[in-house]
Amino acid sequence: MASGISYAVEARGITKSFGRNEVLHGVDFSIPAGDSRALVGRNGAGKSTLVGIITGLYPQSAGQVFLGGKPAPSTNDRRAWRERVACVYQRWMVIPQLTVGENLFLNNQPLNRSGLVDWRTLRQQAADVLKDWDLDVSPDLEAWRLTVEQRQIVEIARALLQGSRFIILDEPTAELERREVTRLFDRIRALQQSGVTFLYISHHLEEIYEICKSVTVMRDGRIVADAPLSELPKSKLVAAMVGEQVAALEPKATAPARADVLPAGLTIRGLRLKGVVDGIDLDVRSGECVGLAGLAGSGKDDVAEAVAGLVQPLTGTIEICGKAAATGNVAAMREMGVGFVARDRHVRGLFPVMAVADNLTITVLDRLGSLGLVSPSAQARMVDRQISDIGIVTSSPAQAIGELSGGNQQKTMVGRALASDPKVLVVCAPTQGVDIASKQALYKIIDDARADGMAVLVVSDDLDELTICDRVEVVFRGKITKSFKRGWGEHEVVAAIEGLY
Amino acid sequence: MRDLALVPVIIVVLIVGSFVSPGFLMADNLMNVMQQSSELSILVIAQSLILICGKIDLSLESIVGVAPMFAAWLIISDTMMGGSGVGISGIAGIAVVLGLGILIGTVNALLVVKLRLNEFITTLAMLILLRGTTLGITNGQTLFDLPDSFLYLGTAKWLGVPVSIWIAGFLFLFAGLFMRYHRIGRAIYAIGGNAEAARVAGIPVDRITMGVYIAGGFLASLAGVMLTGRIASVVSSQGQNMIFYVFAASVIGGISLNGGQGRIVGALTGVILLGLLQNVLTLSQVAAFWIDAAYGAIILIALVITRLTGEAPRSK
Repeated sequence: MASGISYAVEARGITKSFGRNEVLHGVDFSIPAGDSRALVGRNGAGKSTLVGIITGLYPQSAGQVFLGGKPAPSTNDRRAWRERVACVYQRWMVIPQLTVGENLFLNNQPLNRSGLVDWRTLRQQAADVLKDWDLDVSPDLEAWRLTVEQRQIVEIARALLQGSRFIILDEPTAELERREVTRLFDRIRALQQSGVTFLYISHHLEEIYEICKSVTVMRDGRIVADAPLSELPKSKLVAAMVGEQVAALEPKATAPARADVLPAGLTIRGLRLKGVVDGIDLDVRSGECVGLAGLAGSGKDDVAEAVAGLVQPLTGTIEICGKAAATGNVAAMREMGVGFVARDRHVRGLFPVMAVADNLTITVLDRLGSLGLVSPSAQARMVDRQISDIGIVTSSPAQAIGELSGGNQQKTMVGRALASDPKVLVVCAPTQGVDIASKQALYKIIDDARADGMAVLVVSDDLDELTICDRVEVVFRGKITKSFKRGWGEHEVVAAIEGLY
Repeated sequence: MRDLALVPVIIVVLIVGSFVSPGFLMADNLMNVMQQSSELSILVIAQSLILICGKIDLSLESIVGVAPMFAAWLIISDTMMGGSGVGISGIAGIAVVLGLGILIGTVNALLVVKLRLNEFITTLAMLILLRGTTLGITNGQTLFDLPDSFLYLGTAKWLGVPVSIWIAGFLFLFAGLFMRYHRIGRAIYAIGGNAEAARVAGIPVDRITMGVYIAGGFLASLAGVMLTGRIASVVSSQGQNMIFYVFAASVIGGISLNGGQGRIVGALTGVILLGLLQNVLTLSQVAAFWIDAAYGAIILIALVITRLTGEAPRSK
């Protein structure tokens, strides 16, 4: 809009609230046509919300969006949006049951004179497009047979076919091999030459130096830096992502005795798992709280699942208090003394229509009576004690857990893990989606467990959650790359998590 | 109490029924209603377990037909009467029926749980297959002249009450307590409520789901024995269309088709309501053609009433 320069996208004063929660605070954001912009920020910085608004997924609460100099279409007009901006997401946006050709021309099929789909032309044009992209697949191939790399190219090609000259790539390399990444970058560069504008979202900061010209850094719903990459070396970039250096974060838990005199709790040796985890050694002593940090997909969650007994390791051993555990069996691991709180309680934890009491005791029903029968009085005693110990706010133990607040649901999940009197407590993202007060309460519950002599492993990518730990181990691409003692600085931990040292 | 939401409806039906016919509230008539509902009610228990587990089994009604038909065919020694000529005893016949029910339940379980086939289409195919088999065994002939021991469960009385009512009553009590107080019962609710969370909690999801299907097959074959005993023969259409009434009773009784929700006592009220309705409609001399239509309409009304008296629909 400004004199002389045309912008692929220009957003002014964008504010977005979900309910009462404002997640974007008056963001000004613009990308000149032909630029390649990186968008970086920690989880929860507001990147996805901003992308959602400039791709028309949902309307902004205040502010204006211009695409190619014209006001953005209404959010109902998906077709108009697609012609101007396309987003290639991490998840599949091709329709797996349709052919590659049909996916390329989705809702944009060539028609014959009577207004019906002209299959011959469609196939012909699709074949031409695939040839342009050096993609050796038939237009008649069903899309689910594509590799991740081929699928991304189909999505980019589709975006260009629909007329978009502005493409957003959301973590495009997360699932690619190195060789495929190089090929993808070659293609992106070729498109950059021809004037296509890119917005590139990635957690792998080294990549953006390779492929982007400029960068926008977001933090806490604001844009905190907007500069050519040549002016922003990695250290400054990380500093902008993390914000003011809060040197030693205030320890939120009492410091334990020296770790080397504590008895063994959780001992992992040479753990290799299907997927990314490749040789992890980890010690969490009884009475110690250790954080396991890393990006999504780094393998930290897989380690937690192996300890919980959800996956069978390829090689390696897991010992609980010095005894080798029977891996790959949840009930056996619980018997050995593992309590587990899974990430994402809605998908992997809650039984939403069941009572709080059932949710708390579902894993220990065999201890509440003989012959498999559950004694209501024994159950009530245990549940009442747990509810008061943990401080779950519920109208009655019979209330459906789906009706509780996120914080109380999460407390119930931790209560379930503690119900079996574990020696090792593994919690994944324990305070995700809970309010501040519950967060503090959950930290207290976890620290009390540690003080009682449990070995606690906190698996998280939230720096705040990691501050309760005596030690933080960072996992990057399946290996532990760094270890930090209590009193670490945010910059160094973030740099390690993002794979920059 | 969503589980007992049908109780007022049942009371209304009882009042209406007493006006329609003076014989309606007589012990004999009510006993008759209960006996006629006993086979249906056992299928409702079976389907309720499966629905609470988050699955579905359409083939139950065909087990009611095929299992007794096969056993009766083995029993009857006269090939002119449609028999096999083998001539096993009545007791052995009952064992064959129940064994066949368990076998079919196991096949369903393997297909749905181990091969991860879609449970709707798998059990629909099984329904069609078994329905055809029932006809094929005897070329559509009805088998009768069966030994008393084979018919015992459908004809005998204990303390003046038909055995089938005792069995149905006992099974309701047992299933209700099992689902409420046994940890496997609680695990079934958990699996239907959130199978992934159940897996993470260490519940053997696959094994329990298979067990539920096998129990379903067993219960359906038991219903088949009782029905055969009551009508003293096996008709090739035995069990046909029962599955609709099974669903109607389960669902108006508060068993959720989405899994994880509903109680066996609720399913029992559903069965009672359907049985009483049928009786009232027959007594009030509604033309047979119209009974089914009235039935459907009343089920719809009952559903609306359940919704209005029960909890608000879950919205997310």
